[in-house]
Amino acid sequence: MEGINYAPIWLTLKLSFWTTLILVVVGIPLAYYLAYTKSRLGLFIETLTTLPLVLPPTVLGFYLLLLLGKHGFIGSLWHRLFDRQLVFHFEGIVLASVIYSLPMMVHPLVSGFRSVSRNIIEVSWTLGKSKLETLIRVILPNAKASVLTGLVLSFAHTVGEFGVVLMVGGNIEGETRVISIAIYDAVEAIDYFTAHVYAILLLAFSFLSLALLYGVNRRWNL
Amino acid sequence: MKKIILLVFGLLNLGQAEVIRVFAAADLQYALREIVAFYNKLHPEDKLDLVFGSSGKGYAQIRAGAPFHLFFSANMEYVQNLYMEGLIVTEPKVYAVGRIVLWTRKDTNLDLSRFPEVLLDPKVRKIAIANWEHAPYGKAAKEVLENHGIFRKVRQKLVVGENVSQAASFVYAGTAELGIIALSLAKTPQMEKAGKYWLIPEEGHKKLIQGYGITKEGLKVKQVKRFYNFVGSPEARKIFLKYGFMLTDDKR
Repeated sequence: MEGINYAPIWLTLKLSFWTTLILVVVGIPLAYYLAYTKSRLGLFIETLTTLPLVLPPTVLGFYLLLLLGKHGFIGSLWHRLFDRQLVFHFEGIVLASVIYSLPMMVHPLVSGFRSVSRNIIEVSWTLGKSKLETLIRVILPNAKASVLTGLVLSFAHTVGEFGVVLMVGGNIEGETRVISIAIYDAVEAIDYFTAHVYAILLLAFSFLSLALLYGVNRRWNL
Repeated sequence: MKKIILLVFGLLNLGQAEVIRVFAAADLQYALREIVAFYNKLHPEDKLDLVFGSSGKGYAQIRAGAPFHLFFSANMEYVQNLYMEGLIVTEPKVYAVGRIVLWTRKDTNLDLSRFPEVLLDPKVRKIAIANWEHAPYGKAAKEVLENHGIFRKVRQKLVVGENVSQAASFVYAGTAELGIIALSLAKTPQMEKAGKYWLIPEEGHKKLIQGYGITKEGLKVKQVKRFYNFVGSPEARKIFLKYGFMLTDDKR
């Protein structure tokens, strides 16, 4: 029996870390826009943002493969800029994960932002605070439970990702072999020991992150 | 905290040495691991990473730009096509010839020598087979079933694995009563302990002549050539034989 390889675990954490970081940066402005806009465009964008939640990962994976591949729009642009491919590489699966986990970040944020009382936002504006300052000092602190939910769900959802990574990234050690793919691999090789170790890790991690989320939210709501 | 995380991730990236990346046909799952283990005793400094899948998948991934350095295919065609396309740079070399077997768990009490009738036995509800579209072992299995005129009759029973190793894992787990898998997988200690196999006569299908080559990407890493040569060495050939592969000096 071979020893357990820790590379997939680190890679999974690295992927989830970067994905969540990018999602915070992208998600907050996007959610802010969606929470307060009344335009038709907003409806369209909100629908688009939710799409990865209901689409089969293979549909997403297929289109991403075309888009990020050698001849795809983003893939060829990236290749010209950095002389590296996106498919089969870490950057490619980060991009894919950001799209895949987007609803996990944006949804809690939008509902959190909407539940912040309109009065205190307007008071802040009247007191001369800019929109940005109001967002940072008033809206975000009042929606902190939603921010935490978005963070935890994005991270956990990315940790558990499988189909999209498999299609866009293949199975390359240190680049795209995340835990879920290592499990698939181990089962195929009838290496149930390795599969068990990884699977139990994922199970424990998912349980703990949800427990943490509910625990903190319960305290904040009291 | 975030700084610490970043630091850890940064260090991990720096620590990565050049790895020889191999895509290998799924029937090599064990034989190639053993060859690598032997090779690493001689050259512990060379790190190898093995990815197994159907040969057709490896072919498609290499064409799409996957960064593999070596490609082992369960049929010559995929290697030859890549060679024509300039994605494999060494002339395709044969490493072995594969065989297919009928496999079942010991507890099913099926008499495998009643081939091919045993496939029609009502006790057999599912038969595991590799995907014949892109897995050479699946293709060979389908040819055998067709040559016996029973492909249509058993079609409803077939559970299709993405590659032959997945098909083997289906019968191993008992989700299928029978499987048509690679002899090299039936010869692994785990499979041998759990079940029994029956060698399907070679005449029933096109010969599974298997070949390998260095990819364009593989030229960039100098240790690749060393491992490539080792695969043709007597030590490696002994391991192929142990897993039931037939050897050939045919250089097609």
